[in-house]
Amino acid sequence: MWAFINKLRSPKWFYAISAKLQPFFWVAATLLLLVGTVWGLVFAPADYQQGNSFRIIYVHVPAAFLAQSIFVSMAVSGLVFMVWKIKVADMAATVMAPLGAAMTFVALFSGAVWGVPTWGTWWMWDARLTSMLILLFLYLGVIALRGAFSSRDSGSRAASVLAMVGVINIPIIKYSVDWWYTLHQPATFTITGRAAMTMDMWAPLLIMVLGFYSFFIALTLMRTRSEILRREANKRWVRELAEETN
Amino acid sequence: MAFSSLNEFFAMGGHAVYVWAAWGVTALLMLVIVWHARQERRQLLHTVKRRVRREHAQRQSSPHAQPLQEPVTSAQKDVHHDA
Repeated sequence: MWAFINKLRSPKWFYAISAKLQPFFWVAATLLLLVGTVWGLVFAPADYQQGNSFRIIYVHVPAAFLAQSIFVSMAVSGLVFMVWKIKVADMAATVMAPLGAAMTFVALFSGAVWGVPTWGTWWMWDARLTSMLILLFLYLGVIALRGAFSSRDSGSRAASVLAMVGVINIPIIKYSVDWWYTLHQPATFTITGRAAMTMDMWAPLLIMVLGFYSFFIALTLMRTRSEILRREANKRWVRELAEETN
Repeated sequence: MAFSSLNEFFAMGGHAVYVWAAWGVTALLMLVIVWHARQERRQLLHTVKRRVRREHAQRQSSPHAQPLQEPVTSAQKDVHHDA
């Protein structure tokens, strides 16, 4: 265990191991997203109440899942960075924030667009919608805070603390639909219980969710490697590596 | 298949605006994110490589000089501004 953690301390080791892992996640993401898109848009049956507008679920739900999962990952990375001073964890947290913000935006946007034909309104100060908007502001706050210090280490620590504190919003988002049931419906999609949806609507959603998660992992590996190049630009191994590429 | 023709598919049963707006924005954003990540990586490698070459050249023109040890400035903190 300690040997593993010590290895994680080395950006060079991470750079090498992530190079091997990365292709699998890109291939998985591409395949899953293609299959899920065709299945969800073309083959899944229309909803008996919502018609074809329900197909928005295939981008809305995976994006909302990612928006929350990325925030938790970011907070955990922040914790690992603060406790064990593992730089790679901070680099991963750095690149996770913009993707998390983008996914939160996708969830909010697709939800607003879906709300028009379904609820007759694109926005309401419903608990789920409001807590997701707060999540977007938390992401933007983490990004801004990181850049607000002249020393990188101060920025990293401030961003880690905000991520760890902000994670309290995640259970609020999750249970908002049960605690204050105003507009947004409770969860339709669960890994185990499929009762709320028929199999031919549920299966493409599962595939899209897995595709979005693969995308997240692949992109985080790729951009953490870039972040290593950025921060370790003066190290000999990075310089040698840069010279080898054309 | 839930549609009998291509036109019917694009019309989405009258919900074309909503379905294609939500899907379009999502797909576009994800493609831009991947494109940006590729550009970022390419640019970073390029910047490091250029710096290594510049230092080699400097060392060759003045062989007794100390190897250049640049302090990490804010410009290097964000190398892609440098390009």
